[in-house]
Amino acid sequence: MKPPPFDYVAPPSLDEAVAVLADEDQDSKVLAGGQSLIPLLSLRLAYPDVLVDLGRIDGLGSIEHADDTVVIGAMATQHEAETSHLLHELCPLVPEALANVAHPQIRSRGTVGGSVAHGDPAAELPAVVVALDATVRAVGPNGTRTIAARDLYSGMMTTTLREDEVLTSVEIPTVREGSGSACVEVARRAGDYAMAGAVAQVTVEKGTFADTRLVLFSVSDTPARIDAVERALTGAEAKPEVIARATAAAAEDLDLLADPRVSQDYARHLAEVVARRALTTALERSA
Amino acid sequence: MSTHTITLTVNGREHTEEVEARLTLADLLRERLDLTATHLGCEHGVCGACTVLLDGKPARSCLTLAVQAEGAKIRTLEGLADPEGELHPVQQGFWEKHGMQCGFCTPGIVMSVVELLERDPDPSDDEIAATLGGHLCRCTGYVKIREAVREAVRLRSGSHSPQEIRR
Repeated sequence: MKPPPFDYVAPPSLDEAVAVLADEDQDSKVLAGGQSLIPLLSLRLAYPDVLVDLGRIDGLGSIEHADDTVVIGAMATQHEAETSHLLHELCPLVPEALANVAHPQIRSRGTVGGSVAHGDPAAELPAVVVALDATVRAVGPNGTRTIAARDLYSGMMTTTLREDEVLTSVEIPTVREGSGSACVEVARRAGDYAMAGAVAQVTVEKGTFADTRLVLFSVSDTPARIDAVERALTGAEAKPEVIARATAAAAEDLDLLADPRVSQDYARHLAEVVARRALTTALERSA
Repeated sequence: MSTHTITLTVNGREHTEEVEARLTLADLLRERLDLTATHLGCEHGVCGACTVLLDGKPARSCLTLAVQAEGAKIRTLEGLADPEGELHPVQQGFWEKHGMQCGFCTPGIVMSVVELLERDPDPSDDEIAATLGGHLCRCTGYVKIREAVREAVRLRSGSHSPQEIRR
């Protein structure tokens, strides 16, 4: 057996799950789909005392339209979100980005909430929720609270979720009229973690960018919203050459994570390319 | 280190087993139930050799704990055909088109393709590529595997005209 020894509980309710997580005498870890956690266990990079499996709690896997958001339950699988008609219609960036997550055989078990809470800086979903100004809902011993996705990621695979909190849903704002979005990444092989990736959403009104979102992933320790590009583009003429100027300027100033597999020069080049392509494709789709 | 009594159905047969929490579904299948068609390659989800169907969906059995499979219906390669009976159309497709060389990756690929064709009996080339993309094969270069999948599509549809075999 490759994983280290641990206890396992599969409580039938969130309250019971939170109670286990709140027990300070043991180091507990939430198990959702397990597609990141179980490799970490098998590689013995994680040594929890107890796994708290959310798989037996009812009602955490729905995908529903509520007002101007789509609410994705934490335990909805990535496959379910990728094939959701609701998301294709109202939040098309989510299924588009999910198609880049690992492989179909992983997305069948990997969950939306698991990926968002794991916070891998090379993962697509954390970048999407930050770009779209999504909100996550978490339940802890003191009840429920909401966290803006922009405030969720505090460092490498580290979030502002407390250790006794369970992420229960992700609320994604629905796409507006005149908006387009895109996810573009460069990976060595299909399904691998990207060497650099970008998600973008633009809203065009009367030929100018009314709203611009750009998040780069796999280039720094958290999904990086590129404020310089967003500021430069918002209010500017909605043209590909305007995008190219803004992304070239911003790439100069990027603070890149050291990566032994990708040189800094190449990472900077890739970041510029994926940012430009994502924004340009988003612009084309906004028409 | 907790142990659990779990009951699951594997290839139509119910099994009740006492398992340590850390036992993976792959190890349960191979070492407890002696179903060794499910191969273990990388043991962290990358290679796809251990892919089985869990409640009808493809799953890496190395990335699933046996306890998570409590109550689940598992299908492995052993469940596709009777040892003395006819091969499953996907197995027959691999046989006809020689969709393997060393064969290590084959059981996982066959299970993924079984699921793909049950979901979509006539998948596009892109869908086939996406499914095969979740499996590492170091021998074939995938060309013969794609031909085998096409042959399986043809066999399942019941059209046996050899003229139709293209790609």
